[in-house]
Amino acid sequence: MKMELIQPFINSADAVLAQGLQCSTAIGSLSMEEEGYRRKGVAAMIALTGDIEGRIIFDLDPETAVRVASKMAGAELPDSDDLVRETACELANQIIGNAVTALNDQGFHFRVHPPTLHTAEEGIRSSEDTEALVMCFETPIGSVFMNIALRYNRRRQGERAATAAS
Amino acid sequence: MEQFGAVKRSKDGQPVRYLIVDDSVFARKNLARMIESFGGLLAGEAGDGLTAITEYDRTKPDIVLMDITMPQMEGIEAAERIVQSHPDARIVMVSSVGYQENIVAALQRGARHFVQKPVKPEVLYEVIKYVLGEDAVVAAAAGAGA
Repeated sequence: MKMELIQPFINSADAVLAQGLQCSTAIGSLSMEEEGYRRKGVAAMIALTGDIEGRIIFDLDPETAVRVASKMAGAELPDSDDLVRETACELANQIIGNAVTALNDQGFHFRVHPPTLHTAEEGIRSSEDTEALVMCFETPIGSVFMNIALRYNRRRQGERAATAAS
Repeated sequence: MEQFGAVKRSKDGQPVRYLIVDDSVFARKNLARMIESFGGLLAGEAGDGLTAITEYDRTKPDIVLMDITMPQMEGIEAAERIVQSHPDARIVMVSSVGYQENIVAALQRGARHFVQKPVKPEVLYEVIKYVLGEDAVVAAAAGAGA
């Protein structure tokens, strides 16, 4: 996966988390996923289709998810509250929406699908053309993970190249 | 949350009535908190575009805050349908996907303004005042001048 695809997600996560949690964040780690995805806790998934396609999973361990949701709701929430899972979905939506906006400015066109709660314990393994990148953002109230598996849409890439050549 | 001067309807001095449309309960609650801090009244909520149309007919709000990416019917299509039936409808799109094609499409199909998520209360407040124009009056914020 090229850095031009990744950087907007880093910038967007940093900005959205900093505003939502009213704190600074830092990238704790950045690695290629070597084994299949394993859910850490409360996870929201967003699918993208268009010039680049794939999925992004936004994942928080259960305790962090409660702290993040409580902070953003302005009240202590129990871990059973649906709002905890809703918050994960909305944060994913905001981070990915802002990143896609930046990528659109670079000429990539997408359709962003509504977030869904990701309940499976494991995900599909990375493949040769769909590498998954795992990012960890450190915040004062816990770590937030993003698992990004995107690939260029070959048909769209061909159409773009043909258009550029003509 | 920051204190804002209450935005009231100029015709009768009553609170501005809002319809909030978003598939995320979290986002709806967040927007509801903001409009409460603006002195507004929540007239209704919807989680998708189709429900937004029926809720608009039922509640006749002063302003609609409408998400774009939603299941069943997306926000831009719902905005267009509402404006076709109610040309005076004031719809503000509120979405995390803020690229130009989306904004232009929304405005061309009847939306009055666009606010990108995450929503900053001070930005939304200014947009609401702008969209309401002379149909709104603003009271001094509580504690202002103290």
